[in-house]
Amino acid sequence: MASVTTAAKWLRRNLFPNWWNGALTIAALYILWISVPALVDWAFIHAVWSGEGREACIGPDKGACWPFVTANIDQFIYGRYPVEERWRVDVAFLLGVVGLVPMLIPSLPQKRWNAVYLLVAYPLIAFVLLVGDRPGLVRVDTDLWGGLLVTLVVAVTGIVASFPLGILLALGRRSEMPVIRALSVTFIEFWRGVPLVTVLFMATVMLPLFLPEGVSFDNLLRCLIGVAIFSSAYMAEVVRGGLQAIPRGQYEAARAVGMSYWQTMGLIVLPQALRHVIPGIVNTFIGLFKDTTLVLIVGIFDLLGQVRAQLSDPNWAVPQGAATGYVFAAAVFWIFCFGMSRYSVFMERRLNTGSRK
Amino acid sequence: MNNRFFAFIVGILVGAAALYFVMPGPAPAPKKAQSGPASAQRTVAAASTLSVVLNRGYLICGVSQGLPGFSNPDDKGRWSGIDVDFCKAVAAAVFGDASKVKYRPLNAKDRFTALQSGEIDLLSRNTTWTMSRDTSLGFDFAGIDYYDGQGFMVKKASKITSASQLNGATICTQTGTTTELNLADYFRGQNMSYKVLAFEKNEESLSAYDNGRCDAYTTDASGLHAQKLLLKNPDENIVLPEVISKEPMAPAIRQGDGQWEDIVRWTLFALINAEDLGVTSTNVDQMKTSPSPEIKRLLGTEGAFGEAMGLTKDWAFNIIKAVGNYGEIYDRNVGPKTPLNVPRGLNALWRNGGLMYAPPIR
Repeated sequence: MASVTTAAKWLRRNLFPNWWNGALTIAALYILWISVPALVDWAFIHAVWSGEGREACIGPDKGACWPFVTANIDQFIYGRYPVEERWRVDVAFLLGVVGLVPMLIPSLPQKRWNAVYLLVAYPLIAFVLLVGDRPGLVRVDTDLWGGLLVTLVVAVTGIVASFPLGILLALGRRSEMPVIRALSVTFIEFWRGVPLVTVLFMATVMLPLFLPEGVSFDNLLRCLIGVAIFSSAYMAEVVRGGLQAIPRGQYEAARAVGMSYWQTMGLIVLPQALRHVIPGIVNTFIGLFKDTTLVLIVGIFDLLGQVRAQLSDPNWAVPQGAATGYVFAAAVFWIFCFGMSRYSVFMERRLNTGSRK
Repeated sequence: MNNRFFAFIVGILVGAAALYFVMPGPAPAPKKAQSGPASAQRTVAAASTLSVVLNRGYLICGVSQGLPGFSNPDDKGRWSGIDVDFCKAVAAAVFGDASKVKYRPLNAKDRFTALQSGEIDLLSRNTTWTMSRDTSLGFDFAGIDYYDGQGFMVKKASKITSASQLNGATICTQTGTTTELNLADYFRGQNMSYKVLAFEKNEESLSAYDNGRCDAYTTDASGLHAQKLLLKNPDENIVLPEVISKEPMAPAIRQGDGQWEDIVRWTLFALINAEDLGVTSTNVDQMKTSPSPEIKRLLGTEGAFGEAMGLTKDWAFNIIKAVGNYGEIYDRNVGPKTPLNVPRGLNALWRNGGLMYAPPIR
């Protein structure tokens, strides 16, 4: 009896405190009522779970066509990377996880060496592994790369390159040297002012018009450079926001004890500034991660592009194929983005214990 | 204050100067994509496409990003389709090896710029051959490898069997495409009335048709067969036999390289001639000893037709060995054994009532 009254009290306090909130609660419940059962029905109850081809998923009242995803899962992960070389991608994924996980757990020691591995050694190892062209490793050209592999390569390169570049640009924009400041401002405002699609398009299709004949470099590399430059301009403005939140006294105090410019920035200002803007930084990373889908317009198939490409296979042309593929892609993106977001919340809590409200 | 302003201006000038020296070649970017051809021709016409391709060791072929039956990846990750097979045929003619080709998937907007800039050697991407594209964009079209045209799909239950019975029908289509204009032309020409229900996206208009909001659905005939597969009950729908527009699909190359144009054009003709002469990928080895002079010339046992284009004697033999003749390509990708099952129609050989006809090799 007591529990019923507590439940009623809880309901009254949280869901129906006044007529307006009560109406909102009912509206929300109604929306859930009409959408969730339909979704569950489509994705699970009426879904097709196994089958060899399109025939399995054809028919009235059939829901999601999951065999389309399982049959194409290798394409979604590796693109057209040669089957017998795919272990190299697996090893590269694994080495990345091995480097990243201890880095993310604050209590583990040797952060410095871990960072050296992750930022210097790992990119080189991954590059050699994925591209090959070494004894024992066949060359795999980047036009064969695709799917999640491309998504991660573009996102990780963008994130790793844009963070230091962004910090340098932010410092440059607040520099007292006019040439540096002007260059930084020009750079940031130019790249922030053009859409990413234009940057990628210019890099891929227009650049060969200006380069001398016979000079060409890799299509994916052009995209990587474009994405890195583009996101560093955004990162610079986020970091600058943090720099502006640091009181002048901090700079002056650091100078007063005889610190050089780089000591001041590296030991006093940046550690505080970056802590303030963790949400902004992670926001930029998440935006960048999702922007990788734009490489499709220059003919590189990331995860989403690969899903769409596989939809055109007549052997898997089924009514629910497109919806199933998109739901799958959305789920993968959501896992990565939500992971980043949760980790940023964790870091904020850990670093902001003093100033948390 | 003045000092800092001055320094700012100096900074911008120095930056601009640095940019100018770092940028190679002509700095000003073309204002629109259309101003590309002139500069493209200057930069790429210098060396012959054949020698560029041979030096590189592979052909770069522009294909679509996914069009069922024309260029689509399968669940093993391989590209397949008519357009893809045509790329393979050209690679086989040039290298004797159909695998020496890299595909560059392009969307409809970028395909021409990619060809102009020399990013690709050949555009084999369901591109309609039109006069303006041929004359003002700086391309040449090598010949028609697929005759497409706008058609209609209706429900079997409606008992409609011909487009002329569509008077007063509601027709689902996509906005902003030529299909809408073709529709208007056709119905005005036939003196019939119609209502159009146009959607932004193809999927939306298809599902509107599937849900019975319109009597007919229209797009290119090859697309109709592919999209029929996406309906709830594909077998309850039929594609009407008429086509109301001409959409000849042709591989395109840059203008001004006669040798390369010949190679691409005669690759297509070799495919059609092979079907005409009954040479297939399975019997091509035996056919080498055939007494027929036409087959001898095709397969290079007589004459020096390949050498005249800068290729080897057995160029056409290599093509047929690798990808088969035109009929085999058609059947493999869109024929009756595939889910698409597109009737041969205009794409049948001339002797079977179609339009596929190639000049003789002699």
